[in-house]
Amino acid sequence: MNLVPLFSEPLHYAFMVRGMMAAAMVGVVCAVVGSYVMLRGMAFFGDALAHAILPGVALGYLVSGGARGDVFWWALGTAMVASVVIGAVSQGSQVREDTAISIVFAAMFALGIGMISTMRGYAVDLAHFLFGNVLGVTTSDLWHMALLGGLVLLVTLALYKEFLVLSFDPVLAATLRLPVTLLNYVLLILIAITIVVSLQTVGIALTLAMLITPAATASLLTRRLPVMMFLGAAVGAFSGVTGLYLSYYLNVASGPSIVLVCTVGFVAALLVAPRRGWVWKRLRLRKG
Amino acid sequence: MNQYFSSLFAPGVSHREGASVLEVSNLTVIYGGKTALEGVSFHLAQGERMAVVGPNGAGKSTLLKVIAGLLPPSSGEVKVYGHAPGGHICIAYVPQRSQVDWSFPVSVSDVVMMGRTRKIGLFRWPRRKDREHVRQCLDLVGMSDLAGQQIGELSGGQQQRVFIAQALAQEAHLILMDEPLTGLDVPAQEDLFRILDELRQHRVTMMISTHDLNQASGRFDRVMLLNRRLLSLGAAREALTLENLATAYGSHLPFLVPGNGIVPHPPPRPL
Repeated sequence: MNLVPLFSEPLHYAFMVRGMMAAAMVGVVCAVVGSYVMLRGMAFFGDALAHAILPGVALGYLVSGGARGDVFWWALGTAMVASVVIGAVSQGSQVREDTAISIVFAAMFALGIGMISTMRGYAVDLAHFLFGNVLGVTTSDLWHMALLGGLVLLVTLALYKEFLVLSFDPVLAATLRLPVTLLNYVLLILIAITIVVSLQTVGIALTLAMLITPAATASLLTRRLPVMMFLGAAVGAFSGVTGLYLSYYLNVASGPSIVLVCTVGFVAALLVAPRRGWVWKRLRLRKG
Repeated sequence: MNQYFSSLFAPGVSHREGASVLEVSNLTVIYGGKTALEGVSFHLAQGERMAVVGPNGAGKSTLLKVIAGLLPPSSGEVKVYGHAPGGHICIAYVPQRSQVDWSFPVSVSDVVMMGRTRKIGLFRWPRRKDREHVRQCLDLVGMSDLAGQQIGELSGGQQQRVFIAQALAQEAHLILMDEPLTGLDVPAQEDLFRILDELRQHRVTMMISTHDLNQASGRFDRVMLLNRRLLSLGAAREALTLENLATAYGSHLPFLVPGNGIVPHPPPRPL
């Protein structure tokens, strides 16, 4: 049996090729930044931030009459503002951090849905914002993603050792007199940019999965952070492309398809990861 | 924002000529509405090893954190080599082991290299001389063989030694350790003191909080007895008198046998 057509057929469509490039890029950037999100226990923050972007996206959509390039910059602006606001709220608030984040995130999300509900054909647009529309990615979208994704990776690389100290031991970061507050905000802004980059591929509701799941899969396979970032990036990119193939053949929406492939990868690692996987532990139990 | 960046490139404040390593005068710390420390004054000489003992909640951790520049004093002054601690990068604070996330995906040498973050400098990667330095620090604490190990796989004594190596990699002149002996068995404690003896030869000054009055009385140049206020400070024989201990611990007096050192509570009961 010749499997080549199975792989090559979808590639005849330019929108599929663009979609795969977008999905792979998102997989890489999300996994690298997501490693910090996971290790620092910021998953809830990431999810909240993704949802808080919606009113900005809606406003951009209304103002520009649906021009996609503009929506992208509106989303970016909102994400930056939201990350700093949520960061400030969670630091100096009267209530618990997760309570404060919940209130901000739910209000922003409601505001966004309210705004979109005033538009005509709102169901379709809302679905695209929430769950992504990777097959609608244009060449200029790809350039935006590459530019911002590249910037995120560059900053992560440049500040690698500072972020590492900050994440592992904030007290050491303070005694080394690193600018802890500033570095924290830089990380928040990187997360915000990452979410915007992945907005079109998996959408607001599923961005969390791209941030956390590949990084978590990688964390089961290695105990070194740099290796974890590389593995996570590989898992994320692979899941993105595989998810799109499955979406093509099974005729399911692309965002959920990508996320579910990520999840399958995680479960597989949970079962067969060397040393820590379920199968490994079973075998050791039998031996010893 | 500017001062943040310039502080990242600066090598830390210089040491004033002739100033003592640590000078604490009339230090009071009010923390969450409660007085944690009140009117504490003392100084440390270069190469000295001091134990800080006192009951739970006596302010031992608070004292170490203020000296490290992690908490601000409410009144009074802390001077390290003649300057406030906030600008120094020569102070290492070794946290209690329970404060560390041991599942974090880093190896022993990664953790030690973290101490060199400022020496390496912003936007730079470790160079050959940094790796060489880390190797020497690991050698000094006898952990070279385990350099590639994930930190969660180490024993308690080994974990403690990794953080000492980190302090050495930082090129710290003043090392503050919070309860390093807690949870270590006797051989691991012996190993630790062997390393601390070696550090003393390198003129590193150390201030160590502990619950272990036996170790405090036998292994340190001076002992500080603390219960919010400084109750006594000096050689163990003078500082840990029965009277002082009774004042510090009240009815929870964990030891007896006057004039003959201290034994842990409960004292052996005759059969």
